[in-house]
Amino acid sequence: MINLEQVTKRYMNKIALQNINLELTKGKIIGLVGENGSGKSTTLKLIAGLIHPSKGTITVNGEAVDRRIASQVSYLSELDEYYGFYNVRQTINYFAEQFSDFNLQKADEIRAFMNLDPNAKLKQLSKGNRGRLKIVLTLAREVPIILMDEPLSGLDPMVRDSIVKGLISFIDLENQVVVITTHEIKEIETILDEVIAIKDGSIIGHHHVEQLRIEQNMGIVEWMTSMYENSR
Amino acid sequence: MTDTFHSSTPIYSQLAERINKQILRGELKPGDKLPSVREMGIQVNVNPNTVQRTYRELEGMMIVESRRGQGTFVTENQSILNDMRERLKREEISQFVVSMHDMGYADEEIEAGLQKFLANRKGDDDE
Repeated sequence: MINLEQVTKRYMNKIALQNINLELTKGKIIGLVGENGSGKSTTLKLIAGLIHPSKGTITVNGEAVDRRIASQVSYLSELDEYYGFYNVRQTINYFAEQFSDFNLQKADEIRAFMNLDPNAKLKQLSKGNRGRLKIVLTLAREVPIILMDEPLSGLDPMVRDSIVKGLISFIDLENQVVVITTHEIKEIETILDEVIAIKDGSIIGHHHVEQLRIEQNMGIVEWMTSMYENSR
Repeated sequence: MTDTFHSSTPIYSQLAERINKQILRGELKPGDKLPSVREMGIQVNVNPNTVQRTYRELEGMMIVESRRGQGTFVTENQSILNDMRERLKREEISQFVVSMHDMGYADEEIEAGLQKFLANRKGDDDE
């Protein structure tokens, strides 16, 4: 479904990603883990067509990625940049106008699941509720690829739990692939099918999470620690 | 029952173990319907693909059966459930005995100690 071949990304003279090869198939939730600045967000932005590789090719369902890939990709950015004068319902409606694949009914189900008041003004939302709203907006699109950049970062445990449950409830695993970058590994470990560790712009490991436990008796945290130590 | 899967064994088998224990305790009875894959995923914060694997595993052991279009049910075949009960008892005892041997206890000591322990506990329960 998603293919990266020999992908390198340079910013000026700094290398963000080097010779990345990656194949991701549908029906899975995939975690992208690594230290700050390791290249996680760059990888997501490349798949989303928001930036272009300096070298190599990226394809989604066999087609080369360019700006038009937005019709197949729902991308949750690390930033939140919404209109403060809108309320929750208006924001949802605004997104429905932007994306023809946006399912309003599903959006309302997720909003209710997340306990978000449709009439609350955005500028008055707590950080946690803004995080929940981002999940609503990202998951309500019926697209094959969902990319989430740090959906749990900076949120309290209750919000993180509701987001994890929201993911389990509303991702369509028959048809979608989800890629999540995160620091909060413990929270999300039990919902990942695969984990990819990135360090200094290179992939240092890629595993099925259950296989890791069967073969090496390790969870993701232990595995990551050992990968990082070995690559030193 | 949302939290804590330990990291040394696969989640699908830990979840299967939990369901087996629910059956042993009678929280799930023969013929009871298990939650759908997604509902179970939400209850325990686990990927639906993993829950699916748990159900497949239990189905392979004939502890549950899936009925087309209806869901997954605890078997009503009592002899399979009796076998499971015996098997889990044997496994638990064997682990206990291994760790007692590791600490240097002889079989007679284990047996006597266990009997004494149970007798004392029984006294406590009667009070």
